[in-house]
Amino acid sequence: MALSKLNFNSLNVTPTANKGIGFDSGADDLEASFSGGSMVFIKKLTASSSATLSFVDGSSSVVLDNTYKEYVFTYNNMHPATDTAIFQMNFSIDGGSNYNVTKTSTAFVGAHKEDNAVAFVQYESGDDLAQGTGFQNLSFPIGADNDQSVSGNLNLFNPSSTTFVKHFISTCNESEKGDYTGNHFVAGYGNTTSAVDAIQFKFSSGNIDAGTITLYGIT
Amino acid sequence: MAISKFNYNSFNVTPVASNALSFNSNADGFTTQGASSMVLIKTLTASTSGTLNFVDGASSVVLDDTYPVYVFKFINLHPDASDAQFGFQVSINTGSAYGVAITSSAIESYHGGVQYNAGNDLAQGTGLQFITNTVYHSRAEESMNGTLHLFNPSSTTFVKHFMSRASRMNNTNFIEHLHGGYVNSTSAVDAIQFKFAAGNIATGTIKLYGIKDS
Repeated sequence: MALSKLNFNSLNVTPTANKGIGFDSGADDLEASFSGGSMVFIKKLTASSSATLSFVDGSSSVVLDNTYKEYVFTYNNMHPATDTAIFQMNFSIDGGSNYNVTKTSTAFVGAHKEDNAVAFVQYESGDDLAQGTGFQNLSFPIGADNDQSVSGNLNLFNPSSTTFVKHFISTCNESEKGDYTGNHFVAGYGNTTSAVDAIQFKFSSGNIDAGTITLYGIT
Repeated sequence: MAISKFNYNSFNVTPVASNALSFNSNADGFTTQGASSMVLIKTLTASTSGTLNFVDGASSVVLDDTYPVYVFKFINLHPDASDAQFGFQVSINTGSAYGVAITSSAIESYHGGVQYNAGNDLAQGTGLQFITNTVYHSRAEESMNGTLHLFNPSSTTFVKHFMSRASRMNNTNFIEHLHGGYVNSTSAVDAIQFKFAAGNIATGTIKLYGIKDS
């Protein structure tokens, strides 16, 4: 016998688009009130002596299109295999075939050494790009001691737009190779009106020994 | 008469683990809906409080490997009787002692400039890690607000990175504080304490969120 399933209009509640069904404040009725929340997990990549970590729209359950207007990448304890490697990223507009989108960006950092010998805030002209197609530096050179790494967030706005350039903002904290803490602020835009559909992270030299990058969509 | 209860497979929708039942975008069918990745864990509200503490395992607080990233939100924290900086210390023994070595940097931006603030950083210091400079108790309209990210506090491999961004009034000026650093310990951080450098927290709220990665 075929199973009769309940349809959307089987419940004693007015259907509301995109709303979840929950109990009301008196816990004595149903209501359409829940929303799934605005920060939606999409994909987590875990490095294990990985040369790169790439998020490509439509591949391996990755969504990086017009589903969301903002995407957040959280990178956590990215640890280089070799000392003095800089954490970097680049965009693709051809599904990951090439990572070489033109970017213009700014970079500044607050830094302080463990022995208090050095403390400063300064513009980092070595980390900015002026219509550069190379990888965008996100950090200082990271130390490869076992306890050293870089953690932070990268926000990418409206990557699927075919009208606007693609703004991004990255903020991170790092264990610099010389036993500094570095609080790095990098922002800019991918200077293209083509849709950005992939992003790749890597260190400037050597592999990503360990670390995770998680992608979220903001509804 | 016995009531017939509906089970998970009674609805005309494909069940998805850990998702909720929802109406679709046309409100003419069911779909499933995932929960937000940003999960409220705990809200603490000050009322002439010496400190506000989040201790893993106490009072419904989670501060362990459940989440890889924790976010604290500061809302209108106001000192009661002293003009004082606001800050935090962490614990690696569930709050028995606060004061683990931190190395940090401190940037402040104000109307007209940006500068390093050597008074707000730490170099392997175990004292209060400031999030803002002085908040004035005598001006009722003043308070501090901001956000603190704490990465992977339960790690026993890495130092614990943090980043804070906060704002405050300074008489007629506005100052933004950007602090970053690491708790220089490979022991798991399992508690954090917030307070003003002097006096109590008269009013204000701190909210703790966990960011899921699955």
